[in-house]
Amino acid sequence: MENIISVRNLTKQFGAFRAVDNISFDVAQGEIFGFLGANGAGKTTAIRILCGLSRATSGTGSVAGCDIMTQSEDIKRNIGYMCQKFSLYEDLTVLENMELYGGIYGMHRKEILAKAEAMLTELEFWHHRHDLVRSIPAGWRQKLAFTVANLHAPKVIFLDEPTGGVDPLTRRQFWGMIRRAAAAGTTVFVTTHYMDEAALCDRVSIMVDGRIMALDTPEALISKYQVRTMDEVFRTLARNAVRNE
Amino acid sequence: MNRFAHFVKKESLHILRDVRTILVVIGIPIVLTLLFGFAISTDVNNINVAACAPHRTAAVRDAVSRVSHTPLFTFKGYVAPDEIDKVLRTGTAEAVMVFADDYDHLVAGTAEVAGCGVQLVLDGSNPNVAASASAYLMQTLSGVAAASPIDTHILYNPQMKSAYNFVPGILGMIFILVCAMMTSISIVREKELGSMEVLLVSPVKPLWIIAAKMIPYFALSCINLLSVLLIARYALGVPMTGSMGALLLISVIYIVLSLGFGLLVSTVTDKQMVALIISGMLLILPITMFSGMLFPTENLPLVLRPITYIVPARWYIDAMRKLMIEGLAFGDVLLELGILAAMTIGIIRVALMKFNDRLE
Amino acid sequence: MRVLRTLIIKELRQFRRNPFLPKLVVGFPLAIVLILPWIANMDVKGVSVGIVDADRSDVSRRITSHVEASEYLRLHDLYADYPSALADLEDGHIDAILEIPNGFGHSLHATPKRLSIWANGVNAMKASLGSQYLMQTVMKAFPTESAPTQPSFENSEIVNCELSIVNCELTSLKLLRSAEPASSLCSRSIATLSIVNYYNPTMDYKHFMIPALMIMLMVMVGGFLPALNLVSEKELGTIEQINVTPVSRLTFTLSKLIPFWVICLLELALCMTLALLVYGLPVAGSVGAIFLAALLFIIVMSSIGVIIANLSDTMQQTMFLMLFVVLSFILLSGLMTPVESMPLWAQHFTRLLPPTYMVEIMRAVYLRGTTVAELSGSYLALAAFALTFATLASFTYRKRG
Repeated sequence: MENIISVRNLTKQFGAFRAVDNISFDVAQGEIFGFLGANGAGKTTAIRILCGLSRATSGTGSVAGCDIMTQSEDIKRNIGYMCQKFSLYEDLTVLENMELYGGIYGMHRKEILAKAEAMLTELEFWHHRHDLVRSIPAGWRQKLAFTVANLHAPKVIFLDEPTGGVDPLTRRQFWGMIRRAAAAGTTVFVTTHYMDEAALCDRVSIMVDGRIMALDTPEALISKYQVRTMDEVFRTLARNAVRNE
Repeated sequence: MNRFAHFVKKESLHILRDVRTILVVIGIPIVLTLLFGFAISTDVNNINVAACAPHRTAAVRDAVSRVSHTPLFTFKGYVAPDEIDKVLRTGTAEAVMVFADDYDHLVAGTAEVAGCGVQLVLDGSNPNVAASASAYLMQTLSGVAAASPIDTHILYNPQMKSAYNFVPGILGMIFILVCAMMTSISIVREKELGSMEVLLVSPVKPLWIIAAKMIPYFALSCINLLSVLLIARYALGVPMTGSMGALLLISVIYIVLSLGFGLLVSTVTDKQMVALIISGMLLILPITMFSGMLFPTENLPLVLRPITYIVPARWYIDAMRKLMIEGLAFGDVLLELGILAAMTIGIIRVALMKFNDRLE
Repeated sequence: MRVLRTLIIKELRQFRRNPFLPKLVVGFPLAIVLILPWIANMDVKGVSVGIVDADRSDVSRRITSHVEASEYLRLHDLYADYPSALADLEDGHIDAILEIPNGFGHSLHATPKRLSIWANGVNAMKASLGSQYLMQTVMKAFPTESAPTQPSFENSEIVNCELSIVNCELTSLKLLRSAEPASSLCSRSIATLSIVNYYNPTMDYKHFMIPALMIMLMVMVGGFLPALNLVSEKELGTIEQINVTPVSRLTFTLSKLIPFWVICLLELALCMTLALLVYGLPVAGSVGAIFLAALLFIIVMSSIGVIIANLSDTMQQTMFLMLFVVLSFILLSGLMTPVESMPLWAQHFTRLLPPTYMVEIMRAVYLRGTTVAELSGSYLALAAFALTFATLASFTYRKRG
């Protein structure tokens, strides 16, 4: 399978502080890639570089066939992004937010409506399409943010801690959505603190102090470190972390 | 009390760390005072004049030289009759003196028919400039500036510097800006960010939390008061011969009043944008418009005049003018002092009531 | 293009849902035209006068009735002595005191005693114009009064002269005391002087302010609101989501500005219509010239707004910086006080401020009918500012940290 994300020796320096320290990895198309790490390990910085929000100090990489140093605007055409902080417009309705983001990616109104109807119906949320986002409960907001990020059928979706503060049931539903997107061929690049979620990824990388300390399937990691759960894998690796938030 | 001190310290640190805001809050009043004081003036002290004369005779030249030797006028040269409109229209001159054909004769009293010797054509778009221009031009042309049976005395501000008039107004606005606007925004921001909740569950009484928030702004306002007063006294030369005690007392009352406004605004909303608009629209606008800071209140149409009575800044500015420029004593500002004190108590009571309501 | 349209639709939707903005945007032009001109009034009318009449003669009564009748003066009260009048002046009840000394009326036939005017200089403008008006009114009381008894007053030119200004009649009083031939010469020449006011024949200060106040509308709607709007996206974090999309920074910023530009120009048209209907103030020059200047000026103001928003992280900062800029603009541009009255260094400094040119253009075109060609310097300056600030604005916006 072809690599949709490929990163070599990526480094990001803030003054004397090296947020991302020489990381390299590949993500295959259609893969659910878990990007784990303690707070302050450098996950968000790395994601921001991949999305073209931040410029790497050194290193090379490509996302969806575009160079991360020179073609950041082309990358943006091919990705969806759901940031840590909920950032849909609260003073717009559900449908208006979808029209906005669909329109930004150059989709036609009819196309957006058809897609929105299909996606919202699947979520059983179609009858709430005219509700202001402000009035929607937290769990639904996250599902909605994912739907909006996925609306223009991006090749890669970046999810930065998408299930923070969400109840277990909604989390399960949310992961259902992630799996369906991956099954449809979309690559999902997700960061999380929940190790049960990490176990649902095809492959995970664990970042400690800006460096990738482990990268493999969850099963392989569990057997390598001779523990029973991903939780223990994570604790074994993160124990030696110097930085903390 | 120890806990309270901690809170004050926390709030002070917030402000002290935000260097940009500090610079702005302390710098803007100083810059404004200097600008107002040195640059802005409502007096008419330069008028551009052109002349239009069919014949540049001795009498015409004499008149023109008298005008061009008056410091108030800048002589812009002779123009042809068909250029008069253009000169005024483009703003090259504010006034054109049009001399008659037989000006020399008229002046000498040898004209056959009595007629108009000089016509002043004025750009009336600014009525005050036009009025002053015609008055001064006439005075200059007649050559009798000093001889008058009337002694005119300008009291309190003999050089008639308009800067004097502005300083109290600047203070009135700055305190509302710093105290009301800044405090309301900083309280509302804590609400928006949710950190207010954390503070409110602490064992410190909510009232003390709010007080702690206000103390640093109170301190900043006192710095502003001192800096503006020092500039007014030593850079602008505002006399300030009135009662200093009354001046400081009334300023402190007004600062507390502004803080009360800030608290009140913050209880009404939990969105920064709304707090901004409320303090901008309901506080800043009335102050610039209805307090007599820039525009004399007596020029207001009768319907609008009652509004000035409920604008606290009006009373503050009135009192400060009396104390700073007219040099009056404590007893002369008792009315203003009383009204401001009553308003302060009223505002703070309402603000506290609303504040407690929101907590329940 | 379609992306821009989508973003503008989003802005309009947000605008409509905002609890304050629509009201603000509707209320602002109304306030600018209907209320502000009455407030921003430096007209020196209704100067409140107190008269200390120690004379109680026909002459003093005549002066009093003239003061009462003047449209510029308002007689507040008569006082027995100067201290009581001064007390009222200190309390702000009166702006000026006219003191008529005992025996003034009789003295006119011999060596006239001197009148005194005491004006409160706290408001410098009022003191200077007010005392001029007062002098003029007092003088008007003389000719008919003393003409029959004083031959020097039988100067028909002086008596008939409709001048509203004091000094010509001053001359005649001077004649009373010393009949110098020189003054006689002057008085004749001045008496035959007439005054024509162009452009603002009613001498209404409101007419002078209205075109300039429209500039405040452009500053608020064109500069302030877009700046707050931009920084609020920053503070709410929604800009982050936009930054990962392929929307260019130009498109995004334009989508914020265009709605305000359109609103601003529509409101300008509304203001101009209201000014015509309510005050009977038409545009003396070409309406196109006004809109051309408005367009350039709005670009300048919104670029400044964008720069400030880009440089600050919070609304508090934006608001303060913007307020500072706007205040200095309004105060230094000649909008409120004449630039000509400023010291020379300050006048040079105002040349660096875009609104100075705008105030010039608006008043010239609106009141005096000046053409674009005649104002080409100011138009070019505005265009240069527009270009500079727009470039700076696009440089300060960073999509990528």
